[in-house]
Amino acid sequence: MDFELSTEQKLILETVRRFVREEIVPLEADLDPDASELPPAHRERLVAMTKELGFYGLDIPEEYGGPGIDLVTRTLMAFEMAQHRAGLYAPCYGVFGGAGLAQLYEADDDQKERYLFPVLRGEKRGFFALTEPSGGSDPARAIRTTAVRDGDDWIIDGEKTFISGADKADFGIVFARTDPKLGRKGITCFLVDTDMPGFRVRRIIHTLRSTHYAAELEFNRVRVPGKNVLGEVNQGFAIANDRLSRNRIPYAAGCVGVALKAQEMAIAYAKARKTFGDYLSTRQAVQWMIVDNEIDLRTARALTLEAAARADAGKPFRTEAAICKLVASEGASRVVDRAMQIHGGYGMTKDLPLERWYRELRIRRVGEGPNEIQRLIVARDIIGGSFH
Amino acid sequence: MTEVRLTKPWCELDDAAIAALPGQLGVFEIGDAEGGTLELGFAGGRSRFGLRSAIAEAAAKHERAARFRYEVNMQYWSRFEELLAVYLGDHGELPPGNADRGDRRVGRLGVGRIAAPGR
Repeated sequence: MDFELSTEQKLILETVRRFVREEIVPLEADLDPDASELPPAHRERLVAMTKELGFYGLDIPEEYGGPGIDLVTRTLMAFEMAQHRAGLYAPCYGVFGGAGLAQLYEADDDQKERYLFPVLRGEKRGFFALTEPSGGSDPARAIRTTAVRDGDDWIIDGEKTFISGADKADFGIVFARTDPKLGRKGITCFLVDTDMPGFRVRRIIHTLRSTHYAAELEFNRVRVPGKNVLGEVNQGFAIANDRLSRNRIPYAAGCVGVALKAQEMAIAYAKARKTFGDYLSTRQAVQWMIVDNEIDLRTARALTLEAAARADAGKPFRTEAAICKLVASEGASRVVDRAMQIHGGYGMTKDLPLERWYRELRIRRVGEGPNEIQRLIVARDIIGGSFH
Repeated sequence: MTEVRLTKPWCELDDAAIAALPGQLGVFEIGDAEGGTLELGFAGGRSRFGLRSAIAEAAAKHERAARFRYEVNMQYWSRFEELLAVYLGDHGELPPGNADRGDRRVGRLGVGRIAAPGR
């Protein structure tokens, strides 16, 4: 596969790289090392800049006002946008805008008016609620939240866990079992407003990510009108599954981005730090760590771009997305770990971003489907058959 | 599991109590003599002496500051956001020292004495 960059791609990447280094990184000197938000004035200023550059809302489909940049280029941009302290989970602190919740593009016109367009205008926030206490890796079987028809409405009962953003959201995309006999074909997707009686954010779940927590949700006889069914009744799992595969590519790209920066830092430090009369970079033990980093990096980068290229070409990419997610999350974890080792004591401190990346990358091996599930997906795709 | 509300014992605010504070990261609450909360805060990775300097700086902003309590916690950001959300749920408004949040939302938690949706 040829990944020679076009002139336009080179220009875009140079612009994003300069933006990150000149606009984002200097701000981090004054922010808390675990911060994931910019002060409002800086945020507004930088959003205006990305809009001016034509890069705002990168993942929004072109027909809804997005800039229409292909996924390979967006993946290359994501490598750059992650190269700062908050870059793994808050690339450029969100000033390039988000796509909202991708499932909303499948909504009907009325739902788009009530949910999608307000999200794109920044007036509403949503959350995605699939995982339950009974499991997240096998949602088709684990979902115990039920939705029972009552006249024109549905009554939802159950609970969800590890849900991001629910405590600050206006609505959620919630998956519930509507036919217990049909397995994965008995799940329906609902749009649930957070002010509907019976909805409750039960608690915050604190994790290795200090700033971005998850929450536990309760649905106690939440009455949802029939017009809030997203897609078809009993077809919700397809909506969830599509999102899971698609998200793995940018998820991998973020890992590659921080690993690129960690490697850059490791090389710079090895060339500047002397021990026993010579630079660390002359020590074979350190050289090999840097070489191993490079191998991990190039592998993850190539596989992530391959998945993006297949998606751009309209080819099946589930296998490639699973592979790039697991290779990038595991490879980047090793890269950051080695970079910390090369930095010695400083690598453990909050003075450098390495310790934050180390904590957050650990989550990446579980988030968006644990890497064991990615292996299962690849096995199923290349060997065939179903795994029970 | 950590208690959702801050339940550590209150300490009288004086120089000796501040000097005895740990230099670790965590969250804290500054209170007045009448039992009110003046500010919720955290000692983050940029604080010079962790909770010791962060509590001293926050207390200095409030003339009525009379006491404080704290919790050592490495997840200081999410714990701070949780304390704000619970306080908002209990009281319907944020403590005076936290009132200016710009356009940043405070979460809405239903953990018992919830009084009003928090936005």
